[in-house]
Amino acid sequence: MGVLDPLVRLWRFNGGLHPPTRKAPSNAQPARALPPPPRLLLPLTQHVGAAARPVVNPGQHVGRGELLAAADGYVSAALHAPTSGTVVALEARPIAHPSGLSAPCLVLDADDADAWGALPAPLADWRTAAAAEIRRRVREAGIVGLGGAAFPTAVKLAAEPPPNLLIVNGAECEPYITCDDRLMRERAAAIVGGVLILRHALGAAAALVAIEDDKPEALAAMRAAVAASGAAELRVQAVPTRYPSGGERQLIRVLTGREVPSGGLPAELGIVCQNVATAAAVFEAITTGRPLTARYVTVTGAGVHTPQVVEARIGTPVADLVAACGGYTAAAARLIYGGPMMGFALADDGVPLGKGGNCILVAGATELAPPAPALPCIRCGDCVRACPADLLPQQLYWHARAREFERAGELGLFDCIECGCCAAVCPSRLPLVQYYRHAKGELLAAERERHKADLARERHGARQARQAREEAERAARLAAKKAHPAPAPEAAAPAAATATAPASVATAPTAAASPAPTTTDDPRQAAIAAALARAQARRARAAADATAGTSTDAAPGDDDGRG
Amino acid sequence: MLVAIVALTLLAGLSGLLLGYAAVRFRVEGDPLADKIDAVLPQTQCGQCGFAGCRPYAEAIAAGAADIDRCPPGGQAGVEALAALLGVEPKPLDTAHGVEKPPQLAVIDETQCIGCTLCIQACPVDAIVGAAKHMHTVIAQECTGCELCVAPCPVDCIHMVPIATTPANWAWPAPRAA
Repeated sequence: MGVLDPLVRLWRFNGGLHPPTRKAPSNAQPARALPPPPRLLLPLTQHVGAAARPVVNPGQHVGRGELLAAADGYVSAALHAPTSGTVVALEARPIAHPSGLSAPCLVLDADDADAWGALPAPLADWRTAAAAEIRRRVREAGIVGLGGAAFPTAVKLAAEPPPNLLIVNGAECEPYITCDDRLMRERAAAIVGGVLILRHALGAAAALVAIEDDKPEALAAMRAAVAASGAAELRVQAVPTRYPSGGERQLIRVLTGREVPSGGLPAELGIVCQNVATAAAVFEAITTGRPLTARYVTVTGAGVHTPQVVEARIGTPVADLVAACGGYTAAAARLIYGGPMMGFALADDGVPLGKGGNCILVAGATELAPPAPALPCIRCGDCVRACPADLLPQQLYWHARAREFERAGELGLFDCIECGCCAAVCPSRLPLVQYYRHAKGELLAAERERHKADLARERHGARQARQAREEAERAARLAAKKAHPAPAPEAAAPAAATATAPASVATAPTAAASPAPTTTDDPRQAAIAAALARAQARRARAAADATAGTSTDAAPGDDDGRG
Repeated sequence: MLVAIVALTLLAGLSGLLLGYAAVRFRVEGDPLADKIDAVLPQTQCGQCGFAGCRPYAEAIAAGAADIDRCPPGGQAGVEALAALLGVEPKPLDTAHGVEKPPQLAVIDETQCIGCTLCIQACPVDAIVGAAKHMHTVIAQECTGCELCVAPCPVDCIHMVPIATTPANWAWPAPRAA
C-alpha cells in the first residue's frame, strides 16, 4: 500500500476565482533561448534570506557558471555568472522590487564567447549519493524556488523528519503566465529526473506532480515522461483550473484534503512542495554540474509585439527581454513584474530579471482593470466568499484602515497569501491587498523594534550590573586598605601581591606603549593635537549658541547613570 | 442568635487569616506598572527625559513623579501608547526634552578616531568596541541612536546618520484612504 494510493480523490479549497486565463498568445510557440545581453545586472539578493557575499573583483574575467557571490548564511543562495565576460562593477542599481529602490548588484559585461567556466563534476549516480551531498550541490548551484517565491531550495530539502510526500507544483494558476507550461512540454524528462532526485534527497516515499487541467499538452508530456522513467510512487495529477490552486497551501488542500496550520509549514504535515522549474534546475545541476544561470520566463501582454516564453539569462534587463520579443507596441501602458494578480508595477525597464521572475507583463491601456477611485466598503461580503485562505478580508480591511494592526494580526493577517481574489471581486474596487501589505509591514517593523528594544534593555542591564560590581570591588579594596593602613611594604606585601599583580599587568602595556608613539609617531601626535584644537574651537562656537544649554543638561544625567 | 454570631465571627477570622496568608504568599515583586511602562519605552537609554535611562523614567511615571511626554525617541506614537496604557489623555511631546527624529545610528569616522575610549564609556548599551589608543567602531545592530557618544568625543569624529531605506527594510506604504 503506497502513499499515493489513498490520494485518489481531489478536494477543493474555499473561495478562489476563474479569471480569464489569457495564456493563449504566449504558450503557442516553443520557448526561444535568448543569447546573453551585452550587459547583465546581478543583484546580490535575488532570494529569500541573507544577501550573497561577492567573491569576484571588478575587472575580473569569469566563465559562464563560475561563482560570483557565495551563499552567506544558512538561508541564502549563491550567484553564478550567467555568461562569460568581465565583472565591471559592484554598485547599487535599481532592482525588480515594488519599492523601486536600488540594491547592490554585480555588473557583468558579456564577451561574445559565452563559454562555460570550470564546473563541478556531474554526480554520476545520484541514486546512491548521500542526501547531504545532493543538498550541498543544490546549495552550491544557487537554486531557489523558481515559482516566484525564490526560497533557497537546499533549506527546504533539509526537512526533518523526512516527509511522506513531495508535491511538485506545475499548476501555474495565475493568468498570463505560461513558462512552466512550456517547460513541462519541452523538458518533461528533465523535470521527472529532478523530481526523482528531490524525492531521493528528501527521503520522501512518494511524489505527486500537480498540473491544472487547462494544460493538456503539458499533462500528456509529463505523463509520458513518468511512464518512460518507470518510477514507482510517482504520479501526474490533473487538478481543476481555479485561481489560486497553485498556492502552496491551496494545492495541498486540493491534493490531500489537509490544511496547513496557521503560521505553520507544510513540513508539519510531512509534505514538501517544489516548483517544476526548480526540479528541472536541480536535474541540470546534479547531472551536468551546471548551476542556475538561466530560466524560462513569459513575456506577454498587449503591449509587446510577439508574446512568447523565452529562456533568458538571469540578470537580463527587462528592456532586453521586451526587445527580444519584438519590442513594445503602441498599446503598451503598464509594465508588471510577475502576473496580473500578484505582480507589481515596474517604474523602469532597466531592472534585471531575477531568479524568481516568471513573467514580464506589458499590459495595454484597457487590458487590466485600471485602479478606479475606491468607493466605501458596503459590507457585501463578496471578499469573504472569494478568500482562498478562509480569512475575513473585510474585517482585516477595517482594522488595517483604522491602523489597528494588532487586531488584524489576531484575525490571521499573516495567513493572507496576497492572491488578490478579494480585491478582484470587490464592487467598491478597494485596494484590499495594499492594505494587507501595509499592515504586515507595520507589524513586522513593530516586531523588529520590539526585538531591538529588548536587546538594548538587556545590554543596558548588563552594563549597569557590571558597573555596580566594579564599584563594589573598588569600595571593598578601599575598605581593606583603611582597615590595614600599615604602609610597611613587608606587612602589605603578601596581601597586596594578588591585588597588585593584575594592576602591574594592566600598567605594563601602557608603559611599554607610551614611549613608542612619542618616538615614532610625532606627526601623528601633531595631528591629534590639531584635531583637538579644531574640536575645541568648534565647541567654543557651539557654547556661544543658545542650544548649548540642552546638551550640557544631558551630560550630568549621563554621569548619574554611570554613578 | 449565638450560633449566627459564632459562625460569622469564625468566618471573618478565617477569611482574615486567608487574606493575610495570601498577602505574604502571593506578594508581587517589583512594580508591575513600571514593567509595563518600561516595555512601551523605546529603550534608547538616551537620558533626554532627565532620568538615567528608560527604567528610571518608567518608575518615575509609575510613581506619578514624571509626565508621559518626555521621551523624544518614542515620539508622539510613544506618548499615545503610554496614554493608552495609563488611561490618561494623550498630549503633545514636550519639546523641552528634545524633538522626535527619524531612527539614526552613530558612525565613527575611523580615520579620525584617536582611541580615547571616552565614547565607549558613554555608550549606555556597550555598542562601541575598541581599546585605548586603538580605533573604535560602532556595532550597528546594537546602537540605539542615543547620541550620548557624540558629545564626549574630543575630535568630533562621531556622526549620527539616519538609517537608510533599502529593499530589505522597505515596507508598503498605506494606500490612500477610500
